[in-house]
Amino acid sequence: MSLPVQYVWLIPLLPLLAAGIGAVTPRGGVKIASAAAIGAMVLGFFLSCGALATALAHPAAHATANFAWFDLGAGTLRLGWVLDPIAAFMLVMVTFVGALIFIFSTGYMHEDERAKQFFCFLSLFASAMLGVVIANSLLLLFICWELVGLASYLLIGFWFHKPEAAAAAKKAFITTRIGDLGLLLGMLWLYDSTGSLLFYDGGHGVLEPTAVANLNAQLVFGGLALSTVIGLLIFCGAVGKSGQFPLHVWLPDAMEGPTPVSALIHAATMVAAGVFLMARVYPLLTPDALKVIAFTGAITALMGALIAVAQNDIKRILAFSTVSQLGYMMLAIGVGSWVAAIFHLLTHAFFKALLFLGAGSVIHAAHHEQDIRSLGGLRGPMKVTFATFAIGMMALAGVPFLFSGFWSKEAILHAAHGWEVSHLPFYMGLTAVVLTAFYMTRLMAETFFGKARTHASEHAHESPASMTIPLVILAVCAVALSLLAWPSPWLQHILDPKAHAEGGGAGLMVLSIVLVAIGIGSGWAIYGRTTREKATSADPLAARVPGVIAFLGARMKFDELYAATVFQLNAALATAADLLDRYVWDAAVRLLAQIGIFAGLVNRETDEDGLNGGFDATSESLRDTGKAYSRAQTGDAHGYLRTVAIGFVLLVLIVMLGGRR
Amino acid sequence: MNNLPLLSLIIFTPWIGAALLAFLRGASVSVTRTLALAFSLAPLALGLVAAAAFDPARTAPQFVENHLWISALNVHYRLGLDGLSLVLVLLTGIVTPAALLAAWRQEHCPRMFGALFLLLQGAALGVFLALDFFHWFVFWELSLVPAFFLIKLWGGASGRGDAPATRAAYQFVIYTIGGSAFMLVGFAALFVATGTLDFHQLAQHGADGALAAKLGASGVRWVFLGVLLGLAVKVPLWPFHTWLPPAYAEAPTSGSMFLTGVMSKMGVYGFLRILWPIFPAQLHAAAPCLIWLAVAGVVLGAYAALRQTDLKRLVAYSSINHLSYCLLALFAVAYATGRNGLHGEAATAALSGAILQMFNHGLSAAALFYCVGVLESRAGGKRGIGDFGGVRTAAPLFAGLCGISLFSSLGLPGLNGFVGEFLIFRGVFGLHGAAATVACLGLLATAIFLLTFWQKVFHGPLGPNVGGALRPDSSSATDPSGHQAPPTPNGFADLNAIELAPLLPLVVLMFVLGVYPQLLAGLINPLVTSWAGHLVLP
Repeated sequence: MSLPVQYVWLIPLLPLLAAGIGAVTPRGGVKIASAAAIGAMVLGFFLSCGALATALAHPAAHATANFAWFDLGAGTLRLGWVLDPIAAFMLVMVTFVGALIFIFSTGYMHEDERAKQFFCFLSLFASAMLGVVIANSLLLLFICWELVGLASYLLIGFWFHKPEAAAAAKKAFITTRIGDLGLLLGMLWLYDSTGSLLFYDGGHGVLEPTAVANLNAQLVFGGLALSTVIGLLIFCGAVGKSGQFPLHVWLPDAMEGPTPVSALIHAATMVAAGVFLMARVYPLLTPDALKVIAFTGAITALMGALIAVAQNDIKRILAFSTVSQLGYMMLAIGVGSWVAAIFHLLTHAFFKALLFLGAGSVIHAAHHEQDIRSLGGLRGPMKVTFATFAIGMMALAGVPFLFSGFWSKEAILHAAHGWEVSHLPFYMGLTAVVLTAFYMTRLMAETFFGKARTHASEHAHESPASMTIPLVILAVCAVALSLLAWPSPWLQHILDPKAHAEGGGAGLMVLSIVLVAIGIGSGWAIYGRTTREKATSADPLAARVPGVIAFLGARMKFDELYAATVFQLNAALATAADLLDRYVWDAAVRLLAQIGIFAGLVNRETDEDGLNGGFDATSESLRDTGKAYSRAQTGDAHGYLRTVAIGFVLLVLIVMLGGRR
Repeated sequence: MNNLPLLSLIIFTPWIGAALLAFLRGASVSVTRTLALAFSLAPLALGLVAAAAFDPARTAPQFVENHLWISALNVHYRLGLDGLSLVLVLLTGIVTPAALLAAWRQEHCPRMFGALFLLLQGAALGVFLALDFFHWFVFWELSLVPAFFLIKLWGGASGRGDAPATRAAYQFVIYTIGGSAFMLVGFAALFVATGTLDFHQLAQHGADGALAAKLGASGVRWVFLGVLLGLAVKVPLWPFHTWLPPAYAEAPTSGSMFLTGVMSKMGVYGFLRILWPIFPAQLHAAAPCLIWLAVAGVVLGAYAALRQTDLKRLVAYSSINHLSYCLLALFAVAYATGRNGLHGEAATAALSGAILQMFNHGLSAAALFYCVGVLESRAGGKRGIGDFGGVRTAAPLFAGLCGISLFSSLGLPGLNGFVGEFLIFRGVFGLHGAAATVACLGLLATAIFLLTFWQKVFHGPLGPNVGGALRPDSSSATDPSGHQAPPTPNGFADLNAIELAPLLPLVVLMFVLGVYPQLLAGLINPLVTSWAGHLVLP
């Protein structure tokens, strides 16, 4: 079965319909809404498999279906869909992971009275994300991209009665919008200089050689190629959406949303959209742009891992690990291996969804206790969650051979090693490998080992089947996806047949295995051998280097920095605009009015004293007549209005009759 | 069909309704309301008839009515409809009934209220259809009279007029008339020089340089400035905007809906119909400065909105921001006219965007003012941004529809606002990149203040006027048998059917035009393309 590109729009349409069904279902209709959402995703998954079959039949072709949106000038504004292997893999991943997360949500959200709205928003999100994946136009991608942002806003703020959730939702939307302004400008510039926003259009698309060569040839300020500037502006959007330094601040706060949201949006798919975007526009990226991307990615990877070491909230640790892993993906793009980036994106989607859902299972069981210091000893009562979480942890840490994360991270490190420009990002990536293994070991030890440290974790019990079955499936995938790279680098061949997979690198592989071992070993030595006694006992690491841990625990004070700079600037500008209106422009208007009144006063005085004296007597008699008329002035506003209305109508009649002549 | 004066009918049907209402002293309240609504819907119906018979491919005015009116002054009663007029006629046809529906519960003399509204509607339609300055100006000024009374007598916190409402009404009318006076003088000069007040002929004189030859370069410049001032106050162009926040804030809800939905468009229409065609060279010369005024409106309007605590003033500032986009587009086109490397495509996009933005802003701003009005009516006249909280819990349907309007105003793709703003930015970027880049700040500030509005009013725990403050007391009201306490008198009820009626059509249109903008683009595209194809300076 294969799905031709002409019908590929059905895949995002299905969840959109499910969202519509969810929106019009009455409040109690959770069953209908969830069945529609899950059904749409499962059906979408099968269609996506069909699309993948189509794409794999001609891996080098970019099959497109373009259409006119509306008339503009002599032509029309065209949008379109594209089906190629990268889009098809993403489709399969999003629908598959999405379906599992939807199923998990039926268990997780079953006590929430607004659960049907939850499924409506989830479907909206999935639809927008699938739209991003198959968009063949930067404009259409941007449209879906913003809708992803909207869905994320609605889902982070799902428990909007909590002020923190409402604030986190706003923060996410505004922060990503800052990046999106860059994307918008890049898009406008691209449109203005090429006259099109279609990626592939039979030789006229912006990603096709003619346009790219044209953009590379144009130089703008500072001697940069136009394509460099546009590429970096587009990258701003990816920085916002994918939680890259320095716009990563929204992602940890986004954990205020229900845990399935964290799994779906802030781990597996939405944040991956930025990486996907950069992989999509890769032909536009010049070496100059790639340098910036590589260093941004490396900084993000290291920074996220460092901060994760000092977090205590299970979801925030995972959130920062997401930031770090997304940094790896950007690093891969920057060093020229977008295939490694997509590979890591795919494997990460599975094992990070697994980890988040595992965390959700823990949180569900422990009555919404999220602090790992207050958990402990869950290995016994939650066997399935423990086993699957351990698989996810090993995949993330990069435990060799069996786990997919090892292969994808290996591919990225390999590419970074081979980058001619600088080896610094490579070393930063290696450091992050150790840290990743370390903080994940800490997370495992604190959560699952030792003894239960609070009432909540003592009474924890395994979650229902609707939650554990998705965990098991995802765990299997976290292992099975190794097949994409081993025994043969199959994905590499499909996505980028021209690039030959470099052999060797055994030494590098050994190095990273050693680093993983160091990370896990030290983590276990500090947190595992002697487990925490009480929820309030001091952290062994914090006891040794309190300043560093406090700084990292405060997320390197980025929020404070922004509050002191960007927020202040914004507030100052707002105050200035307001004061300008109140005290400058309005004052000028009042001054003019006063001058007018004064002139009137002067006029009246001179008239009355100088000119009117002689006429006063004559006026006296006129005044009597006036008195008679003044009786008509009743002071009744309705009477006045009536007179105005009648006069108005008469005027109109006169005018109309007069106009006939 | 051809003999039917369709355009005159569009203008004068509401006035007939107004006259009828003025004379029907004894009619019951429900009859007057129904009559007013029916007559306000007539222009929409007639406008749709016109749209059906309208040929978008012809860029000249259609359904033209031309009668010599005052032969001594060579004044013609001339009406015509092109894509721009049609879009605005339809907008007026939609917003006016919505505004009247919004005032359905309004008890303070509904008969006069309806009559004034119909007068206002007819005057606005006249502005959009007149092609000769004489009666165009009559319509333009007449629209102020009912607007003045609506603000003065039905405005203010009580809905029956008070001192701030009176002050706002006077400021609004005097400021606008003050601007128009300069415009009138300007046109008097034009008439003396050319002997005609016909827009089309004047535009020809302007385009071939005859105007400059007769009036002298500086003469034309003064006339241009006069007309510019009149229009700039009306839109308003920053910094002539200070009358707007108090006027919009003090007007009754339906009045604000009409002011922002329709009257603000009259100014932009004037720019497109009069100023730009008659004074292309002067506008081009002034554009480098005007562009930055428009950018200031976009950015500072949005930032000033951030500081507002009165929700109506907040939405009013968002109107300044949104209308400045339209002017920015026009000024950028005027700026680039005659310069090397002018992209016709960019000009087309900017002008299309400006027209779409006029329509879309009419929908979303009217919807937002209506939503603030609902909040105000529920909270006994309070409308501070801190007076609410948790409304989404109390009234999910209302919250949903208001949220859609907010996101439409914010320019979220998939809703109507995005298409216009994208096209404006696409065009302006190609014509004046720096202005487009700075204007992007406005997009950000807009998102911040609209989401702050949404967060403070709709999210969080139940606020003071949403039943939240009464929660502790209501537990004592629960009787011992465990029955639920009756809803507190201050409880925030969701929308009922009558309250839904004005909002729902607007929201539906937001979706339709967001997904299928061709509905409007198809009407205006040939016209705009021909404008962009004739960008020359004399």
